[in-house]
Amino acid sequence: MGDFDFSIIIKSLPILWDGLLLSLQLFAIALAGGIFFGTLLALARLSSFKLLSYPAAGFVNLIRSIPFIMAIFWFYFLTPVLMQKITGQQGEAVGPFTSAIVAFIMVESAYYSEIIRAGIQSVPRGQPWAAYALGLNYWQAMGYVVLPQAFRNMIPIMLTQAIILFQDTSLVYVVGLKDFLGAASKAGQLTGRLVELYIFVAIVFLVICFGASKLVKYIQVHMDPTRQRAVSNDVTLNGPGLKPGGG
Amino acid sequence: MDFKFLLEQAPSGGMTYLGWMLSGLMWTMLVSIAAWIIAFVLGSIIGVLRTVPLKTPRLIATTYVEIFRNIPLLVQMFLWYFVMPEVVPVQLGDWLKGTYPNLITLPFAQFSLWEFTAAVLCLGLYTASRVAEQVRAGIESLPIGQTNAGLAMGFTLPQVYKYVILPMAFRLIIPPMTSEFLTIFKNSSTALTIGILELTAQSRQISEYTFRTFESFTVATLIYIVITLTVIFLMRLLENKVAVPGYVSQGGH
Repeated sequence: MGDFDFSIIIKSLPILWDGLLLSLQLFAIALAGGIFFGTLLALARLSSFKLLSYPAAGFVNLIRSIPFIMAIFWFYFLTPVLMQKITGQQGEAVGPFTSAIVAFIMVESAYYSEIIRAGIQSVPRGQPWAAYALGLNYWQAMGYVVLPQAFRNMIPIMLTQAIILFQDTSLVYVVGLKDFLGAASKAGQLTGRLVELYIFVAIVFLVICFGASKLVKYIQVHMDPTRQRAVSNDVTLNGPGLKPGGG
Repeated sequence: MDFKFLLEQAPSGGMTYLGWMLSGLMWTMLVSIAAWIIAFVLGSIIGVLRTVPLKTPRLIATTYVEIFRNIPLLVQMFLWYFVMPEVVPVQLGDWLKGTYPNLITLPFAQFSLWEFTAAVLCLGLYTASRVAEQVRAGIESLPIGQTNAGLAMGFTLPQVYKYVILPMAFRLIIPPMTSEFLTIFKNSSTALTIGILELTAQSRQISEYTFRTFESFTVATLIYIVITLTVIFLMRLLENKVAVPGYVSQGGH
């Protein structure tokens, strides 16, 4: 047993806090972007138009069959090249944070699209047919009828995936960003107290993720789909899918 | 795009760049398979313990799963590699870091056996928590009548597990276990943070030496895809071979 000095954590709190903020920022942007593009990818994959469904399926399967770190390296390399092509400006520096954000949105949109696709497929076929019969177009049927029901069914899985995403943000360590883990690593190297800082990081992640997973379980129980279905059967005429955030 | 550079002599290791890539693949496979053995054995035990009607074993198993599932894999990697040698008795820690023997000399092992061990332990124990959840789900998906029938016939609880529940449960969970193996195979790339030169690390190293980032990443990505497809194919063969007639849908994927 070596001697441990846990007061180092108090001294490192400002740098650790900045790291945690960067992790949370990356998490929030990747979550929003992942769900948005994941929805588009899922719709493209379910489309009967092969020019849409094949590339979407190819992208999702490609991302899902390589390691997350490999994907980060790919987008870390590709983002500046593509940015230059798009803006046409030479030497326009793209920071590591931007590249990391692009990588995370891309990877998470592939993961989320699989969840969302399953959710859309869990909505009975009669629902979109009924919407079309009422004269709604594709986007209206999706936006007002199918997706609200699909998302409600998916909430527990999407939240679980969000917890995994939060844990995965630590992978930006490999491109040298100072997220929570990166900041602890930096502080640990400066002070020679890696052990205490890594233990602290592990405990913080454990507390956050364990608490969040308990919360997800609570939501899951209180949003029991069988209970929901019983409720929605009672009010079928009023169109339960249209109530925002109900359930 | 020009892949001919792969056949050029690389600066070290006495092999070509393609040789570097393949040695990376070898380490990816070695880490994944060694870790999978730990994950499968330990995960099965913990998964079973989570379903037995005894409080203490269930509590221990649940605690294990919650701890290993709620700390990021990369943080766990650092806990094993950096923290573990410091919190065990000094002699053991020094032995691990310094004189832990390199029993085998494998090509391109520029890292010590301790780094390999830490990576395998970390991945194995982390994935065990995921495997345990699959095993538990498989057991819980069986009708309770199977357990009751077994007990009514005079089997003891261990016998019920051995002859009735587990033979069914393990067949049912072949598809999710396949994806767990693919997860461990992909997650093995986190070992690059503690110095294991596996496939992802090699592709980056080659891109740094040759400036052919696009080509070298493409080769590594193709290798990952080929392995993934091969594993899926083999596991489907296995699934069809052990399928219970009328219970598990045969090959209907």
